[in-house]
Amino acid sequence: MPDTPGKNAIEVRGVRKVFGTGEAQVAALDTVSVSIRENEFFTLLGPSGCGKTTLLRLIAGFDFPSEGEILLYGSDIAPLPPFKRPVNTVFQSYALFPHMTVAENIGFGLEMLGKPRAEIDARVAEMLKLVRMEKLAKRRTSQISGGQQQRVALARALAPQPKVLLLDEPLSALDYKLRKEMQIELKRLQHETGITFIFVTHDQEEALTMSDRIAVMSSGKILQVGSAREIYDRPAVRFVADFIGETNFLDASIDSIDGGKAKVTLKSGATISATVADGFKPDGDATVVIRPEHAKAVKGKGDISGLVENVVYFGTDTHVHVRLDDGEAFTVRQQNTRGAMVEFERGERVGIVLGDDAAQILKD
Amino acid sequence: MAKRFSIRQQTGFTTIACACFFLLYLPIAVLVIFAFNESSSVSDWGGFSLRWFVAAWSNQQVVDASWRSLKIASSAAIIATIAATMAALATTRTRTYRGLTFKYAFINQPLMVPEIVTGVALLIFFAQIKIASGYNGLGYLIAAHTAFCIPFAYLPIRARLENMDLTLERAAADLYATPWKAFRRVTLPLLWPGIIAGLMLAFVISLDDVVITEFVKSGGQDTLPTYMLGQIRRGITPEVNAISTVFLLLSVVIVTLFFFLSRKRD
Repeated sequence: MPDTPGKNAIEVRGVRKVFGTGEAQVAALDTVSVSIRENEFFTLLGPSGCGKTTLLRLIAGFDFPSEGEILLYGSDIAPLPPFKRPVNTVFQSYALFPHMTVAENIGFGLEMLGKPRAEIDARVAEMLKLVRMEKLAKRRTSQISGGQQQRVALARALAPQPKVLLLDEPLSALDYKLRKEMQIELKRLQHETGITFIFVTHDQEEALTMSDRIAVMSSGKILQVGSAREIYDRPAVRFVADFIGETNFLDASIDSIDGGKAKVTLKSGATISATVADGFKPDGDATVVIRPEHAKAVKGKGDISGLVENVVYFGTDTHVHVRLDDGEAFTVRQQNTRGAMVEFERGERVGIVLGDDAAQILKD
Repeated sequence: MAKRFSIRQQTGFTTIACACFFLLYLPIAVLVIFAFNESSSVSDWGGFSLRWFVAAWSNQQVVDASWRSLKIASSAAIIATIAATMAALATTRTRTYRGLTFKYAFINQPLMVPEIVTGVALLIFFAQIKIASGYNGLGYLIAAHTAFCIPFAYLPIRARLENMDLTLERAAADLYATPWKAFRRVTLPLLWPGIIAGLMLAFVISLDDVVITEFVKSGGQDTLPTYMLGQIRRGITPEVNAISTVFLLLSVVIVTLFFFLSRKRD
C-alpha cells in the first residue's frame, strides 16, 4: 500500500536526536523517517534503548530534534512546546494529578484550553462512560486501583480530542490478566474515537496483536515498517526476524531471482523457493529465515535432515529441536491433535520438509 | 546465623540515653513548674498560683516586646519563604551545571557563618544606613531576620520539590497548560505542604533569635527574647518562667503542625 501524503497524521522526516557533547555524544535517533497514517494504530517496537521512547518524546514535544522535521497533518510541529501541540500522551507511570479527583484529572486538558464549564462537564461525563469509570468520578486518584488509574490516564488524554494519542508503554505496570483486558480495551477505544494512536512497547506479542502497522527499531534506527503479518512473515533483516517470534536461520546461495521470488540452494543441496526482502542486493550468498511452524518434520527424507535433540510438548503444539547435518540448530513446531500423530524420539534421524512459502531471504 | 548488631543492647546505652533526656527535659520541666510558683523565687516552691502569668500579661513592656516579636517573625518568615520558594524552584527545576553546589552553599550560608559575625557585620552596615537615611524602624530587624530565615524555609521546600514526580509537570504541559498555569495548577498545590513547613520553621527560628537581634535592634526595639535577657540581668522572678512557658507552648504547637504538614500526602 503506497503512502498517500494527505492522509498522513504524522510524518517524521530525517530526524536525528543527539545527546551529550563532543566525545560523549550519543545518537539516540539516527536519521529516522516514518509516516503514520490517519486513524492508524501504529506501534514503535524495540528493545530498551532503541530510541522508541525518544521518538515519542519528540512527537509529544518534551524534547526537540537535533535535526529533521516532524509534520502533523503537513505542518512542522518540531519546534513547538508541548502545550501548543494537539497531541496528548498516556504516560508509563500514568502521571495522574494526586491533588485532583478522577473527574478533575479528565477535565484538566479542556480547562486549560479554556472551554466553557458546561462543555467540560459534558465531555468528562462522556469520557467517564467511555472508560467505564462513572462511579469513581469523585474519587482521588490514590483511592483507585492500577487498572483504574490506567483508564483515567487514557480518558484524560482522550478528552481534549487530540489529533494523535501517544502511549508510552502504558500496559507495562499491569499484571498479565489486566494487560490482556486493556489490550482489547485500547483497540476498542481507538476504534470508537477514530484517533490515531502511536503506541510504544518492547513486547512483541502486544505489538503483533494490537497494531495496524509496526515499526521495529534498534539502535536509533527504524529497521522495518509493516503490518504485523508482514513483519512476522517477511522480516527484512536479521534483527527483526530474531526479535519477533522464533526463527531458524539457514545459509544459502542464490540460483536465480525473479521479481520478489528466488530459487536458493541450501547447504544440504536441497533447492527451495523463497520470497526476497525489499532492497536485497544479490551477491551470490544469502541468509534464509524459516519460522518453526512453516516447516514439517517427517520420518524419512526431507529438504534438510538431522538428528532430534529434544522434543518439548506445549499443549497446543510440540517443538522438535533438530541438529542439522551441517551442525546448525533448527526448530520445528508441529500442531498437536488428539488423534494419531507422528511422534519423534531423541537421537532419531528426521527429515524436514520446507513448504513452498516457508522461506524469506533477508536483506543483510 | 549471627544476630544483627543492635546498639540498644550495648552496655550503658540506656544510661546514656536517659542522662541525655534528663539534661534536655528536666530543666525545662523545672522552669515550667516554677512558672506556677506563688512566691517570687525561681527555686523555692511556695504553692500553686497563676500570678506570674497575670503579671506578665499586664506588663506593658512584655506585651510590647511580644507584639514586636510576632510582627518581626511573621514578616521575616513570609518574605523569607517567598524568597526560599523561588530559590528552590530555580535550583531544582534546572539541568545540573557547574556551580550549582556552590549555589546551594551560598543560599545556606547563614547556617554556616557564626551568628555573632553576622550580628556584628549587620550592626556596622545598618549603622551607616541609619545615619544616611535617618530611618530607625523595625525594617532593619525584619531584613536581618529574613536573611537568616531563608535557609530554614529553603530546605523543606527544596526537599519537597526534589521528591516531586517531574512527569506531573510534563503531563500538565502535554494537556495544554502553559508553564505558568502548570506551576499554579500542579506544582504549587503539590508544593504547599513544603511551603507551609518552611514558613513555620522560619517563624520559629525568627521568634527565637537573640544574638543577631541584640546587635541590630535600636533603643526600644526589644523582642521577647532580648527583653527576657535584660530582665535576668536585673534579678530573676517567675515572670520570666511564665513568659518562657507560653513561648514553649507556642513553639511546640508550631513544630507539631510542621511535623504533620511535612508528613501529609508523602
